[in-house]
Amino acid sequence: MITAWLQDLNALAGGLFLLALFGLVATRQVQGCLRLFVALSALLAASAFLLTAIYGVLDLAVVGTVDVVTKAFLIPRLLRRALHDEVFARREVTQVLNVPTALLGALGLAVAAYLLSQPLLRFTGGGAVASNLPVGIAGLLIGGLTAAVRREAVPLFLGLLAMENAAFFAGIGIAPGMPLLADVAIAFDVLILVFVVGVLTRAVQERTGTTEVGELILLREEGAR
Amino acid sequence: MSPLVLVTAIPLVAVLLSRLPLDRRLPFAVTLVAAAANLVLAVRLALRVVAEHEVVAIRDWVALDGLGATLLLLTTFVATTAALFSGGYVATHERELRRVCSYFTQFNLFVFALVLVPVLAEPALVWIAVEFTAVFSVLLVGFDRSQAALEAAWKYIALMFMGAAIALLGFFLLFWAQDLVGSGAPYSWSGLRAAAPAMPPTLTTAAFLLVLVGFGVKVGLVPMHTWLPDAHSQAPSPVCALLSGVKTTTALYAILRLGSLLPLAAMRSWMPAVGLLSVGVAAFLLLQVRDYKRLFAYSTVEHMGIIVTATGLGVTAGAHGAMLQMINHSLTKSFCFFAAGAALLAVGTREIAAVQGLIRTSPAAGAALLLGALAIGGAPPFAVFLSEFSIFRAGLGARQYVVTGLLVTFVTVAFFGILMHVNRMVFGRPATPVGHDERRLPVTCLMTLVLAAIPVVALGVYEPRWVDALVHLAAADLLPGAPP
Repeated sequence: MITAWLQDLNALAGGLFLLALFGLVATRQVQGCLRLFVALSALLAASAFLLTAIYGVLDLAVVGTVDVVTKAFLIPRLLRRALHDEVFARREVTQVLNVPTALLGALGLAVAAYLLSQPLLRFTGGGAVASNLPVGIAGLLIGGLTAAVRREAVPLFLGLLAMENAAFFAGIGIAPGMPLLADVAIAFDVLILVFVVGVLTRAVQERTGTTEVGELILLREEGAR
Repeated sequence: MSPLVLVTAIPLVAVLLSRLPLDRRLPFAVTLVAAAANLVLAVRLALRVVAEHEVVAIRDWVALDGLGATLLLLTTFVATTAALFSGGYVATHERELRRVCSYFTQFNLFVFALVLVPVLAEPALVWIAVEFTAVFSVLLVGFDRSQAALEAAWKYIALMFMGAAIALLGFFLLFWAQDLVGSGAPYSWSGLRAAAPAMPPTLTTAAFLLVLVGFGVKVGLVPMHTWLPDAHSQAPSPVCALLSGVKTTTALYAILRLGSLLPLAAMRSWMPAVGLLSVGVAAFLLLQVRDYKRLFAYSTVEHMGIIVTATGLGVTAGAHGAMLQMINHSLTKSFCFFAAGAALLAVGTREIAAVQGLIRTSPAAGAALLLGALAIGGAPPFAVFLSEFSIFRAGLGARQYVVTGLLVTFVTVAFFGILMHVNRMVFGRPATPVGHDERRLPVTCLMTLVLAAIPVVALGVYEPRWVDALVHLAAADLLPGAPP
C-alpha cells in the first residue's frame, strides 16, 4: 500500500520533471533557465529519495544528497561566480527556433521517448522503471533540443546539464544497484565540467564581447578563410 | 604500489610539479620525464599481459587485459612524443611563465585521463574517465585564446558533453541488462562478458546504440564528427597528436568493448554500416579541404570508420586487422600532426594553397609531411598498408564483398585526396627564399619527428613477437568466440 503511494509520488516527480523541461525550452530569461535547472535537480533528488524507500537501496539516498549539494547548490553558485551578473539578467531575443515551434518539437520528442521506451519496458513489471525510463529518455531528447536552439552560452549549457540529469533520472530507476563510487564520481565530473565551461565562457566574453556562442561562425567550412 | 596504480599516479605527480612557477624549462622537463617513465612502465605491463593474459591491481575495478594494454602502450608512446614536441612548440609560442605552466599542467591532466581509461575495469568509471579526457583537453583546444580557437573549444565541449549524457544512459541500461540475468557477477568488463549471452538482446543493443552515438561524438564518427576538424585546426599541434592519435581511439575502445557484448548478428548489421558511412564521407570531404591540419583531421574520421568496419565484419581476422589498424593509426597520425606542426612552425600558415616547395624551404618539415602523408594514406611499405590489406583480406574471407568493395574504393579515394594536397605543398616552386626558414624548427621538434617516425617505418617491415602476441590477445578480447 505504502509502496503504491510512493510510486505514485515518484510518478508525480517524473511528471513535474518533464514539465520543468518544457519550461527550460520556453524560458527566454537566463536567470529563469537557471532556476528551472535547480528545479530539475531537486526533482531528480526527490525521485532518488522516493526510490530509496521503494527499492530499499540506501545508496540512492546518498545519490540524492550528492545531487542536491552539487547541482542545486554548487553549480548555480559556480556559474554565478565565473560569469558577470549581467549575463544572467539577459533575455534571449533570437533563438534558432521560436518558442512555440520549439515547444511543439519538445512535445513531439516526449511522444517519441514514450514510444521508444516501450520495447525496453517489456523487461519490467511496471513500477518505478515505467515512469523513470520514459521521462529520462524524454529529458535526454528535450535537453538536446534546448541546447540546439539556444544561442546564449548559459541556457545552451543548462540544456546539456539537463540531458545529464535526465540520464540520471532514468538511471536511478533502472539501475539502483549501480556502485555508489561511480554515481558520486559522475557528480564530481560534472562539477569540474561546470568550472571549465565557466572559464571558457568568460574567455569567450572577454575576447568577443558576447556570450552568444551560437553567433560564433568563424569556423564554418566555407567561411573559415 | 601496483604498476597499474603507478601508471596513473605519475601523470598526477607531474600535474602538481608542472604547476610550480620556478623556471620556464621545469614544466617541460617534468612532463617529458613523467611521460617517458610511463612509457617504460607500459611496455613492462604489456609484456606481463602477454605472459599472464591479465594484470590485476584491484579485482573488477583496476585491471589490464590485452585490449587495454594495447591502448595503454599507444597512449604512453604518443604522450611521450607529444611532450617532447611541446618543448619546442611552447618555447616558440609562449613568453609568459604562467602560460607555460598552465599548458603543461593541462597536458599532464589530459594524459592522466587518457591512461585512466584502459586500466579501469568498471564500465561506469570508464565513462567518467572518457569524459575526463574531454573536460581536461578543452582548455588545451582553446589554448591559443583566439576567437577561432575559443569557438572550436566551445563546439568541442558542448558536443562532447552531449555525447557523454547519451552514453551515460547506455551504461545504465547495460547495468540493468546484467542485473536482469541475476548471476550476481560484478559490473565489470569480465563480469559483463560472462553475462552477455544471457542478457536480453534488445537491452544490449539499445545500450550499445546509445554508447555508439554518445561516444561516437568523441570518436568523430559521421555525422557526429563536426567538432573534429575545427578542434584540430585550432589546437596546438602536440595536442592534435594526442587528440587524433589517442583520444579518439580511447572513446572507440569503450565502444568496441560494448560491441563485443552484442550478438554477432547485431554487430554485423550495425558496425559496418556506421563505419562505412564515416570512411565514405571523410574520404570525399578530404578532397575539398583548404587547411592541412583539417586534412589530417578528416583522415582520422576515415581511420576510425575503418576500425569500426573491420570489427563489424564479425570474424577474428577482422578484429585482428582492426587492432593493427588502431595501433598504426595512433602511431602514424600522431607523426602526421608533428609533421604538420613542423610545417606550421616553418611557414606560419595552415593554408594548403599558401604553401609550396616546402621540401626546399624546410627540408625536415617537407620530408616529414611527405612521409606522413604516404604512411597515413596506406602506401607500402608502411604499417597502415599492412593493416588495411589484412582488413581487406578478412572482408573477402568473410564473404562480405559489398562492404570490402566499398571500403577499398573509399580508402583509395582518401589516399589520392591526401597525396594530392600534400604533393602540392611539398613540391613546386617555393614562395619564400630557400634556406630561410629552416633555422626556426626547434631541436625538440626535429627529435620528435625522428622518434615518432621509427615505429611508423619499422612496423611496416618488422613486427616484434611480443607485439604480435599482444595484438592477438587484443583481438580475442574484442571478439571472443567469433569465427576465424
